[in-house]
Amino acid sequence: MENLLSIITFLPLVAAAILALFLRGDDGAARRNAKWLALLATSATFLISLFLLTGFDPADTGFQFVEEYDWILGLQYKMGVDGISVLFVLLTTFLMPVTIAACWDVEVRVKEYMIAFLVLETLMLGVFCALDLVLFYLFFEAGLIPMFLIIGIWGGKERIYAAFKFFLYTFLGSVLMLVAMIAMYLDAGTTDITQLLRHNFASETLNIAGFQVLGGLQTLLFVAFFASFAVKMPMWPVHTWLPDAHVQAPTAGSVVLAAILLKMGGYGFLRFSLPMFPVASDMLAPLVFWLSAIAIVYTSLVALAQNDMKKLIAYSSVAHMGYVTMGIFAANQQGVEGAIFQMLSHGFISGALFLCVGVIYDRLHTREIDAYGGLVNRMPAYALVFMFFTMANVGLPGTSGFIGEFLTLAGIFQVNTWVAAVATSGVILSAAYALWLYRRVVFGDLIKESLRSITDMSAREKAIFAPLIAMTLLLGIYPSLVTDITGPTVASLVTGYQAALPATAATQIALQ
Amino acid sequence: MTTIILFAPLIGALICGFGWRLIGETAGQVIATGLVFLAAILSWIIFLTFDGETQQVVLMRWIDSGSLGAEWAIRLDRLTAIMLVVVNSVSALVHLYSFGYMAHDDNWKHAEHYKARFFAYLSFFTFAMLMLVTADNLVQMFFGWEGVGVASYLLIGFYYRKPSANAAAMKAFIVNRVGDFGFALGIFALFFLVDSVRFDDVFAAGPVLAETSIRFLWADWNAANLIGVLLFIGAMGKSAQLFLHTWLPDAMEGPTPVSALIHAATMVTAGVFLVCRMSPVFEYAPDAKTMIVVIGASTAFFAATVGLVQNDIKRVIAYSTCSQLGYMFVAAGVGVYSVAMFHLFTHAFFKAMLFLGAGSVIHAMHHEQDMRNYGGLRKKVPLTFWAMMIGTLAITGVGIPLTHIGFAGFLSKDAVIESAYVGSQYAFWLLVIAAFMTSFYSWRLMFMTFFGAPRGDHHAHDHARESPKMMLIPLAVLALGAVFSGMLWYKVFFGDEAKVRSWFGMPAGIEHAGAGHGPAGEAAAEDHAATTASGGEAVADDHAATTASGGEAVADDPAATTASGGEAAAGDHAATTAATAVSADAQAGPAPVQGALFFGPDNQMIHKAHGVPDWVKVSPFAAMILGLALAFQFYIRRPDLPGRLAANQRPMYLFLLNKWYFDEVYEFLFVRSAKWLGGFLWKRGDGAVIDGTINGVALGIVPFFTRLAGRAQTGYVFTYAFAMVLGIAVLVTWMTLSGGAE
Repeated sequence: MENLLSIITFLPLVAAAILALFLRGDDGAARRNAKWLALLATSATFLISLFLLTGFDPADTGFQFVEEYDWILGLQYKMGVDGISVLFVLLTTFLMPVTIAACWDVEVRVKEYMIAFLVLETLMLGVFCALDLVLFYLFFEAGLIPMFLIIGIWGGKERIYAAFKFFLYTFLGSVLMLVAMIAMYLDAGTTDITQLLRHNFASETLNIAGFQVLGGLQTLLFVAFFASFAVKMPMWPVHTWLPDAHVQAPTAGSVVLAAILLKMGGYGFLRFSLPMFPVASDMLAPLVFWLSAIAIVYTSLVALAQNDMKKLIAYSSVAHMGYVTMGIFAANQQGVEGAIFQMLSHGFISGALFLCVGVIYDRLHTREIDAYGGLVNRMPAYALVFMFFTMANVGLPGTSGFIGEFLTLAGIFQVNTWVAAVATSGVILSAAYALWLYRRVVFGDLIKESLRSITDMSAREKAIFAPLIAMTLLLGIYPSLVTDITGPTVASLVTGYQAALPATAATQIALQ
Repeated sequence: MTTIILFAPLIGALICGFGWRLIGETAGQVIATGLVFLAAILSWIIFLTFDGETQQVVLMRWIDSGSLGAEWAIRLDRLTAIMLVVVNSVSALVHLYSFGYMAHDDNWKHAEHYKARFFAYLSFFTFAMLMLVTADNLVQMFFGWEGVGVASYLLIGFYYRKPSANAAAMKAFIVNRVGDFGFALGIFALFFLVDSVRFDDVFAAGPVLAETSIRFLWADWNAANLIGVLLFIGAMGKSAQLFLHTWLPDAMEGPTPVSALIHAATMVTAGVFLVCRMSPVFEYAPDAKTMIVVIGASTAFFAATVGLVQNDIKRVIAYSTCSQLGYMFVAAGVGVYSVAMFHLFTHAFFKAMLFLGAGSVIHAMHHEQDMRNYGGLRKKVPLTFWAMMIGTLAITGVGIPLTHIGFAGFLSKDAVIESAYVGSQYAFWLLVIAAFMTSFYSWRLMFMTFFGAPRGDHHAHDHARESPKMMLIPLAVLALGAVFSGMLWYKVFFGDEAKVRSWFGMPAGIEHAGAGHGPAGEAAAEDHAATTASGGEAVADDHAATTASGGEAVADDPAATTASGGEAAAGDHAATTAATAVSADAQAGPAPVQGALFFGPDNQMIHKAHGVPDWVKVSPFAAMILGLALAFQFYIRRPDLPGRLAANQRPMYLFLLNKWYFDEVYEFLFVRSAKWLGGFLWKRGDGAVIDGTINGVALGIVPFFTRLAGRAQTGYVFTYAFAMVLGIAVLVTWMTLSGGAE
């Protein structure tokens, strides 16, 4: 298993190539074949990725399964995972078969649809595995294209607008990151991430055109990366592309977007910002805290005002990502570990919530909350599943949603009690918008004529939810599955981070 | 055995909730009920045989992140034992009662299956409540805390077609979340300062917390007081104390058995339990205790005033519950935790009985709940009448003054009032006035329901008949509790102090151990070995009760030791606070507070409460007589008086009838403004400001590209883009392969 990571990463791409080259025609059989091939490929990828779990040594805080080859143009092809990234790889491989199964009813350009998802999987996995700046950038940017297509071709009425908004927002953010990467190469003389992690970027104050830049080069690099990752997360106030993108994306696209693509920003903060630019991170952490706290309260309030189910859940996603950024920059064990946990957990929960919307969207072709009401009368199984994920979304203990919120809040409390208090108020607001959504859609008497003959979930739909329910419960009841793997790596990250700060900053326990 | 008690209801809930399609609805109900009865019987065995020594069982790992560790574990001490009995007994009886009560329900169509769901919810609630009371750390307690919240939400909204039920369910959950907000912050603060959320470590840290100050929001606070206040905010939500009480009356939308179990006997008392459980912290938080007394007493008074004029039979009892919870908090707040638990214990019996009795009346009257349509039901439902009579005698506190003979409420409520007299004059007078009002509204309920001439719909009165045995047996059992539970257990809750201490497993007496080792925290940090070796003696004054067991605890309890050993390995002790010393001490072997409760070194409340003047002891009895007399005058002798009084004092009447207008004010302040703000931020913030200005560039470009794409006709642009993806894919693959070959 020397090339395990490459096999995992490129297996979906191979399947996509096979589909593109050998599958002809657009009749029912061809569509079925395309779906089955995609499902098989993603399932196989998941099964193979389980070897990562068995072969991974949590106690080793360095990179494992490392592959390193010379590449074209003097560049390096380098892959590897550590305690932070390995779980994102697994999250991706786990969710992709579920996603493919969720688009079983699509009948438009099925082959291309499957290809888009398969290519997307490869690119997402590449982001989490890449250990070279150039490689990372390629995967990171290229990932935009299939998602752009998924929204633009298979999306709703306003799909063109949403697709471009999505593309431009994330792309413009990334341009700055590219500049920063070139600067890093010039400064450190390498694009190897493992070496960059050991490199000390200068943090002496710079004087640029009369402006004093505290933290010097680190600050500049930090800001450039921040521009890209903040849009990806998305953080307030650059979040407005997300609701539009979600609303227009097809169900499966929303699932991938919420469950995996959003995690790239958080992963980027953990891989680059925190360990490589500790001084700048520490300096700008208060800004991140407040953006996060505002995001939690602001988007929760906005969610309260929505009449479109997908928009509501999209805003709720932004709020949940607020916990992540807050936890990361709290830069202590609970905060960072909680942030990772929250990202994984959000992957299952938000994915499932978008699937829940998909289930009824498929039946009624509207996302308007007012078009529904009283579904429990005819869809008891659906009501149960939706209730489960609603509760998970509001962070009920016993579900994975609780652990992430709890740890990040416990982490931030040690650093800044104001932010902790504001962010904790999110537990009230999330309950308000989530339960209100549930009440309007599911509870009540079934009086609308259009809902009279609505049918409960099919066996396929139940089967899609089953693994998500299992993971949400499992991680809620036994979170050590995750924290055992992330623990040592996060501990070394936090220790390294604190050690890199100047003595005055390191001892601060700023309660303000 | 506790493990069986804990999981029996969960298994019942799962079998009944998911398995009823296979085994049939009735079989599901029987299994769920049977398992809760099993738990109840085992609970009584534990309660009666328990020796006071704290036991801990670790079931499984749970959260483990750096120094933040929490297990799924069971803590069995006297507090837990009491709660096990209360929860499981009432739950078992309510399960049984529900067979009769839920047998026919007009809210459901003929073919609909609702019974299994109802029983599954009830059993799930029981499980969550048991998790709450058996928790050995704050996070597991929070799990149970939220779990009962969900169960309550589901059961209040059980009639999901009724908009009012759905609204009430949501309100309950969200208002409780406001309390949870405080609770969660309290946990974070405790973890920050103590570096642990396990009870043993937290309890041992009490004296240190009292000396620590913490920066929280805009000011520096005394740590113990801050934590106390934050935890109490959680308790206020769950126990419906003033300002966070508005959900409880609305919760009456749920079926009546639910009201009896959750909203009278068990869940709402969780806040009182929390304060008692955390007594080792509260004992060092005088300001927090003062707040508890003030809020508790004010709630007792406020709720009683509202209860005076309500017409819905369940709402009267709901406000009565709210008021009685205030009594419990006053007792806890003045530092007599055992009396708070005493009132909790007796209240569970008589209040559950009042609710089930009310349910029986409602059942007989075809779901009519307005007392103005009752009257003269004494002869129609005689057994229910007598049950309600016993409940009323218990809640109003009938007994022989200056003796320990009387109904349950007589002993426990008087104990609360006597304690309040010592602790706070404000609380004492409010509680006595509340006792008068309690008596009035309780008798008003009895007179309006069972006496006088039948009012309202003739049809309902003609067909009113006694409820089935299934419903009367639970009433009979609870009646036993309402009569005898006070007299039987008076001594151990509020008798001689030594007796109380030994019952709760606390070290006997308050001997002030030798001083001279400096502040406790220092001693612990400098010299664990000495602390452990010499047990209680080594530590300064305020640690006396705390460490009496010292090394013993280690031997008794290998599980706890192992747990903290593991913590030591993974420990992240970088957090530099004064309290870290405590957890360092914990590694060497925790020196837990011995026993289920903790009385601070200066707390001699029990002793003082016994010595109050006789007029204080008689005052609640006098108040009760007065209330009875007034109710008799109003509703038996001169039934026209209430209407005239209401007409005379119309503003006052409306003020009370509308519950002091809390709902209206909250609706305006919070609900409407949140919705308005949400809409404003969305349209103005996201729409106009962010999309319009900050990202105006992007917004200008997006439509441009959109038009471009439109002009290129759908498809073309995407075909190109698609070709690009494939191109990139091929390129990457080729480069990888060729790179790998080199």
